[in-house]
Amino acid sequence: MPPVARPLSPHLQVYRWQIQMVTSILHRASGIVLSVGAFVLAGMLLALASGQEAWDCARGLLASWPGILVMIGFTWALCYHWLNGIRHLVQDAGWGFSIPAFVRSSWVSVIGSVVLTAIVCAVAICCGGVA
Amino acid sequence: MNSPDSLRSPVKNARGLGSARSGVHHFIVQRATAVALLFLTVYLVVLLVSLIGADYSQARAAVGHPCNAVLLVAFLLAMFWHGKLGLQVVIEDYVHTPGRALACQLVVVFACALAALASVLAVIRIALGA
Repeated sequence: MPPVARPLSPHLQVYRWQIQMVTSILHRASGIVLSVGAFVLAGMLLALASGQEAWDCARGLLASWPGILVMIGFTWALCYHWLNGIRHLVQDAGWGFSIPAFVRSSWVSVIGSVVLTAIVCAVAICCGGVA
Repeated sequence: MNSPDSLRSPVKNARGLGSARSGVHHFIVQRATAVALLFLTVYLVVLLVSLIGADYSQARAAVGHPCNAVLLVAFLLAMFWHGKLGLQVVIEDYVHTPGRALACQLVVVFACALAALASVLAVIRIALGA
């Protein structure tokens, strides 16, 4: 830490909550969650390569109720990061910077991620998941 | 700084300390992997959903299919690279003690590299029937 206590810019607690900051925070949070998910996926591939016994064990963990809840969480994080990532790429290209467009695309990311998660979960259940 | 009568070019002092030509490298690789993952993630979700209810040998056969193996390896490399870049920025933002920040960065790099290597090797082993 610096030896001199310099003034700091105000942090989260002094700002009124608005959707733009929610999308920004959620993008980072979902990214961190997905990093954990990446290691879970790597673990599943290792189990699949290791043999039937390891696979059954790993699969059993994910098919348990806590495992299913975690999978739903990963699904939402992926849907959100994917949608909001598209939004960021569009903004990187220079589009959508007017305040109304910014607010609108923020809501599309947040609500769209819940809708997309519901669709993926519904398809998964139709394919015989959670059985 | 150069003293006025020094024969050294100012470039000599600036070189290696700035971001000349590499300043946007992180930004560009993050976007390039993002674009790759935009498509590869959809593919992965479709593959995973199609594997629901599959038993061990069916799952191995699917992962070992040449198309799936190649796309899975591409996904794994892009994912761990993208994840490393993202976690790196999180650490830069929140860990302010130089030693601890360096330690965190090394842990992230080593963990992502090891997981990427191990999972890619797993896919190759399955694809080659080992």
